[in-house]
Amino acid sequence: MKISRRWSCILKKENVKPVDMHRRFVTIWFRHLKTDWISIRRPAFAKLPFVLTLSVHGKMVITSANALAEKQGINIGMALADARAIIPSLEYLDDKPEPSGKLLQSIAEYCIRFSPAVAVDPPDGLILEVTGCAHLWGGETDYLTLMINRFKGMGYDVRAAMADTIGAAWAISRFGQSQFVIESGQQKFALLHLPPASLRIDREVVELLHKLGLTQINDFIGIPLSVLRRRFGESLIKQLNQALGNEEEFILPVQLPATFEERLSCLEPIVNIAGIEIALRRLLEILCARLKMEDKGLRSASFKCYRVDGKIEQISIGTNRASHSIVHLFKLFELKLGTIEPALGIELFILEAAKVEEAPPVQEKLWKGTCGIENIKFLELMDRIAGKIGTANIHRYLPDEHYWPERSIKSASSVKEKSNTEWKTDKLRPIQLLSTPQHIEVTAPVPDYPPMNFRYKNKLHKIKKADGPERIEQEWWIQEGEHRDYYAVEDEDGNRYWLFRSGHYTGDKRNQWFIHGFFA
Amino acid sequence: MTSSKENIISQLHREILSLQGFKTTRSLTDIDLGFGQITEAFPNEVFPLAAVHEFINVEEENEAATTGFIASIISALMKNGGATVWVGSSLTIFPVALKTFGISPEHIFFINAPTQREVLWATEEALKCEGLAAVIGEIREITFTESRRLQLAVEKSRVTGFIIRSSPKNHQVNTCVSRWRISHLQSEPKDDLPGIGFPRWNIELLKMRNGRTGSWQVEWTMGKLENIPQVVLHTEEGKRKAS
Repeated sequence: MKISRRWSCILKKENVKPVDMHRRFVTIWFRHLKTDWISIRRPAFAKLPFVLTLSVHGKMVITSANALAEKQGINIGMALADARAIIPSLEYLDDKPEPSGKLLQSIAEYCIRFSPAVAVDPPDGLILEVTGCAHLWGGETDYLTLMINRFKGMGYDVRAAMADTIGAAWAISRFGQSQFVIESGQQKFALLHLPPASLRIDREVVELLHKLGLTQINDFIGIPLSVLRRRFGESLIKQLNQALGNEEEFILPVQLPATFEERLSCLEPIVNIAGIEIALRRLLEILCARLKMEDKGLRSASFKCYRVDGKIEQISIGTNRASHSIVHLFKLFELKLGTIEPALGIELFILEAAKVEEAPPVQEKLWKGTCGIENIKFLELMDRIAGKIGTANIHRYLPDEHYWPERSIKSASSVKEKSNTEWKTDKLRPIQLLSTPQHIEVTAPVPDYPPMNFRYKNKLHKIKKADGPERIEQEWWIQEGEHRDYYAVEDEDGNRYWLFRSGHYTGDKRNQWFIHGFFA
Repeated sequence: MTSSKENIISQLHREILSLQGFKTTRSLTDIDLGFGQITEAFPNEVFPLAAVHEFINVEEENEAATTGFIASIISALMKNGGATVWVGSSLTIFPVALKTFGISPEHIFFINAPTQREVLWATEEALKCEGLAAVIGEIREITFTESRRLQLAVEKSRVTGFIIRSSPKNHQVNTCVSRWRISHLQSEPKDDLPGIGFPRWNIELLKMRNGRTGSWQVEWTMGKLENIPQVVLHTEEGKRKAS
């Protein structure tokens, strides 16, 4: 809260006098972003040299190495086999491409506390526009030190620099030796002794410059631009101009996702359920009004009660369809309100919508129709039942392309899910299917004929009529085992059963007949 | 003369029913629920929708027959795309077979509530939801008060409820409009073909508010309940007695 108020006043100031302000940028370089991240999560790795590898053309190539490994001469791009020749005890992990982007994004979101405009600079850097921020943190040097210390405290090895341009700050953070805060307008002098690689240019250009003996920016900064352009291309000129501040460079700041969270603090601690209900209702009213205005609805929410004694009581709900209906959401919470123990009293309530989705407005029907499965009223009913009984106990079945009876249906994952296969009605199927086939004793005189009688739950059933066998083979790619020969049989009372023999007829051997279902 | 008298009597009968607070759901009367001759037993010869019906199973095998019979009723109710909720504590329904009764199984939600108390709660909640085609609750024991709650729910929402009670201990009075008992009969294959024939059920209507009780022997063929001709039935009965 405090920070955002600060920013708003700064932004207002900027609006008044934007011209005088020198723009200032900070770049942060995470030297071992991925490996540091792993060390934070698995402290055992922190004191070991380890690398991340990726398989390239059947060769394990190192994509990142931690500080300990680098110190012993292991570089990125080296084959794992070579690295293990240097450090036999080298630990290695599989590199996954995804987390780096997400990780950088989350760090960028964290950095919004330092500056309102933060951009990611893949693969391992951040760019912050800090124009007018530093004085709030006690000057530029303190500001930068604070940032570095924060990340060091977290376990990241970072280097950061501040300058008038992104290019200069980038170069100093990667290649700078001592001075990391470059005074306004001094970026040209700071860059002079840095290698050309600090200009964010292609490797070929860097190599070409080195071949020609231009190993410092100082060596070619005096050469006329037209000559440089002819020899080294447009990109060098552009990067040089951007670093010196002759050309504008823009960043794309990360946007924080809007959080749907409302809080209500109480003067007197709340101790009874009536008070909790009032608090919940008031929070729902505010949150739902916000959601409604943005045409959104929540899919899951939690209601947290902060007790006087420091404990947090929490209840959570989920819905099948994005909803911003106060009545419905209140009903869902109401089912669980009884579990909240106020003890000595609750002083703060927080309602947080963890998952929010677009909820396009639904046209109300003027007439009363039938209630299909996608009707709001029905979905609200299902939400209530799921809230009390649990989502795992609610099923809607769709046909699946399997002959094996247990696998011929699957539970639908959502209300909208439709099957691309049809229900099969060509074969006789029982209306009740036992979840596990029950073993029965039978008398079957002739192979491949239905049994004469069977005993189920200590009752002897004489079979009068029978259909079958219908052989259903095991799907060997899923499960191995015997096939089943199914018979639909009817006993003397007209009761109908679905029996099967597991595997082939073996004559004298028993234990292979089962009952699996009942026909209508 | 006599016919006009009969007309007057049936007219008066209907008026008495309406005075007693009995309402027929007009919009649904034209749906053929496929009851065949059983409709004679219903008040105004219309199966009472927006009411709770009770089915008793004495033996385990009756469950399948009851489920089949209910499936044949709700297939007509679900024709216009309404959803159905099936609540129980240990559901064994195999949705594939429901398709043969003309039901779209994907429009049925099966709720496996762990305790009987929760089954009852979920059934009541579902019955309160207007517009549902049907709600089926597998509730073993139900007290008068509990059945009254279900009755009040359906009076408001106009949903039809079915309660399946397997080997219940108490047979107390409750507010369900009807009590049924369905059991299997031996099937009779057509033209002496081998194998099992169409399912045949013995339908006993033990209670019907404003209607009458009775028992029918029917066969489920081609999506309809058909009365078994008495002659066949007699031989059947005779056979069973002889054996």
